[in-house]
Amino acid sequence: MSLPHTVIAASAAKPKLQVTGLSVVYQSNGKPLAAVEDINLEISDGEFVCLVGPSGCGKSTLMNAMGGFLSPSRGSVAIDGETVSGPDRRRILVFQEYAVFPWLTVEGNIGFGLSKLPREEREQRIAHYVELVRLQGFEHAYPSDLSGGMKQRLQVARALAVNPDVLFLDEPFGALDSITRVLMRAELLRIWQAERRTIVFVTHETDEAVQLADRVVVLSSRPARIQDILTIDIPHPRNISSPRYLALRDELLKMIGLAYEI
Amino acid sequence: MKKIRQPRRWEIWLWPLVTAALLLAVWQYSVLWTRTNVFPSPLGVWHGILGLSHEHVLWADIGASLRRVAVGFGAAVLVGIPLGLCLGWFPALHQVVNPVLEILRPISPIAWIPVAIVFFGVGDPAAIFLVFLGAFFPIVVACVGGVSSVPPLFRRAGRNFGLSNAQLLRRVVFPAALPQILIGLRIALGIGWLVVVAGEMIAVDSGLGYLVIDSRNSGKRYDLVVAAMLIIGIIGLILDAGFRTIERIRSVRWGFRHAV
Amino acid sequence: MRFPIWVRPVLFILALLALWQIAIDLHPGQLLPGPIAVFAATGELLQHGLLLKHVVASLFRVTWGFVLASITAIPLGLILGWYRRGEWAFNPLVQVFRPISPLAWIPIAILWFGIGDLSSIFLIFVGSFFPLLLTAMSAVQNIPAVYINAGSNFGLSSSDFVARVIYPAVAPRLLVGMRITLGIAWLVVVAAEMIAVNSGLGFLIVDARNAGNRYDLVVAGMLIIGIIGLLLDLGMRSIGRIKYFQWGD
Ligand SMILES: Nc1ncnc2c1ncn2[C@@H]1O[C@H](COP(=O)(O)OP(=O)(O)OP(=O)(O)O)[C@@H](O)[C@H]1O
Ligand SMILES: [Mg+2]
Repeated sequence: MSLPHTVIAASAAKPKLQVTGLSVVYQSNGKPLAAVEDINLEISDGEFVCLVGPSGCGKSTLMNAMGGFLSPSRGSVAIDGETVSGPDRRRILVFQEYAVFPWLTVEGNIGFGLSKLPREEREQRIAHYVELVRLQGFEHAYPSDLSGGMKQRLQVARALAVNPDVLFLDEPFGALDSITRVLMRAELLRIWQAERRTIVFVTHETDEAVQLADRVVVLSSRPARIQDILTIDIPHPRNISSPRYLALRDELLKMIGLAYEI
Repeated sequence: MKKIRQPRRWEIWLWPLVTAALLLAVWQYSVLWTRTNVFPSPLGVWHGILGLSHEHVLWADIGASLRRVAVGFGAAVLVGIPLGLCLGWFPALHQVVNPVLEILRPISPIAWIPVAIVFFGVGDPAAIFLVFLGAFFPIVVACVGGVSSVPPLFRRAGRNFGLSNAQLLRRVVFPAALPQILIGLRIALGIGWLVVVAGEMIAVDSGLGYLVIDSRNSGKRYDLVVAAMLIIGIIGLILDAGFRTIERIRSVRWGFRHAV
Repeated sequence: MRFPIWVRPVLFILALLALWQIAIDLHPGQLLPGPIAVFAATGELLQHGLLLKHVVASLFRVTWGFVLASITAIPLGLILGWYRRGEWAFNPLVQVFRPISPLAWIPIAILWFGIGDLSSIFLIFVGSFFPLLLTAMSAVQNIPAVYINAGSNFGLSSSDFVARVIYPAVAPRLLVGMRITLGIAWLVVVAAEMIAVNSGLGFLIVDARNAGNRYDLVVAGMLIIGIIGLLLDLGMRSIGRIKYFQWGD
């Protein structure tokens, strides 16, 4: 099962997502503050890419620019060769903060992007994704009655439900306990393999990155630049105690500049 | 340690009754003690209320006041909510219009009476116009505040699902702002009730406000004055309580969790 | 091209004034004045020192009524809010009194205090008292339990507890309530002066109308009321911005 390899090889000619010379400069108290600088990145169709980097380096900023929520100061982002100029339901961003709507129930939130579907199909999909993120029994609960982790799972379900072809996930499992997090990773991998979506995933956990990604993009501290790219060539399911896995994880830690002996 | 206590059922009734009884006793006693024959005793007021309710005018006056509030408040809702949503949606427009609103807002609706009379003559439309003015500004302010305090995150999430401007307003911004808008409407209704009574004391010759001033002017019937005041208070309380039940509806209740 | 921030609002006001003037010019013989006449009337008021007299009279009444209401209603509200039984006992009564228009108290005010300053101060007092009482009650009840627990955790004496936990926790909310209430007091004073006294901005309006339909003076009076109300509000806002009252919000 060497899926990632074949995917990269097959679509190397035509990238799904192409970032060229992307820079973002904020105005903070009148002074320019460069958050992202000269990012060049090609992501092929169906690829799973993780972005890692120190806190505050500009990962969320980069995601927002790729998703079309932020117009770049220089450079451009193109998906399927088409320049991104605004948000679009074909590419959904799962935000780092809880962005579920407090006035809708769990069902209402998951169905938010599905209003054009016929009723029956919509309900089927909602039920499917409720099950997928293990929120059964809470279909009619409001977000204020959910825990932080449940809200984040709800946000992921809402994003998946509209079948986006690119999914941007900004530290989606940051607030989850470690067990749920492992379960959610497995679910995400399962969904990814079943439905062939391109996923860009921000994390600051090296383990998470090595477990999930085809490629890990290591960003420098602010302003974010691409410092290194690590290709993870282990087929799924990955054995997290295999020598190859450990070697890659150590390499990643070294790239980030962390000693692995504490 | 301060314990979180729910009132017991009997306490909810007992304590208000005790204070009300004490208040009535003090009132009765001070009327007796000062030997006034102008200010009525609680008993006198009770007879006043009974007398009024037999006389038929009371119901006509209550109806007149409620009708004016309903029309004026309704008009303020119809004009104020769209305007407020619009101003909240376009901050640049709000910046331009806001100074004018801020100058007009502190002008007591009562101070508009001369102008209202020029426009509408003496009578119902003038009083309704005053209610409209009193309710309009709080509604606009609440809508602007509600819309502009919708977290940008929600708008971005909505946009991400491909919503057009109109859809974003209807499906994200309006529901997110609704709790604050409802609070504004409740305040506006309260102000409308204050204003209609005040307006009726000056501009027209029916309604509860007129009942107050007329009872005084025609024969110093202070028992009727106080009776009318109590009725005004109780109706205002009922209006407010009615509005609060709207806030308990499921889809808006999320915004009031912490406020209850 | 970038304008300073105040240019557009000012242009908007000027445009409204121009529209107003044009509307008046199109309907000659109207009772209502145009902005030019209003401007002239304001000048006239200023010249005779009448304006100052009326403004001072109104502000005097508002200050007294509002201050008296503050020093009675706020402590009472804080106490009632702290002791839940107090709230259960008084809340229903307060709720009945609150929706009574302060103007409906006019007959009683005249009966008790006669026609004059005292009456209208009483009306402002009544108009401010209930909103302040309710704000103070809810401010105490909304102190997050964690503050109270944390405060008692450090073993503060009760006066320290009030000064270092209760007061800072309550101040921002109280201040907002006071700002809103001052707005109400300003609405009430104008209305009260139209009935119960013979000076002040409200009196100016009624008098200008009754004595010869001087609608230019009426509208000038209204605009001055609006501007002073706005200034009062801005003043309260800037007090709210002082560090001592503020801790996020
Ligand atoms: N709207 C903004 N205006 C000005 N500066 C901003 C804005 N948003 C972010 N920044 C700054 O840009 C830098 C990058 O922020 P960003 O949110 O992209 O970091 P991040 O890598 O996602 O951090 P974390 O891992 O903590 O989520 C930070 O220094 C931040 O202060
Ligand atoms: Mg981030």
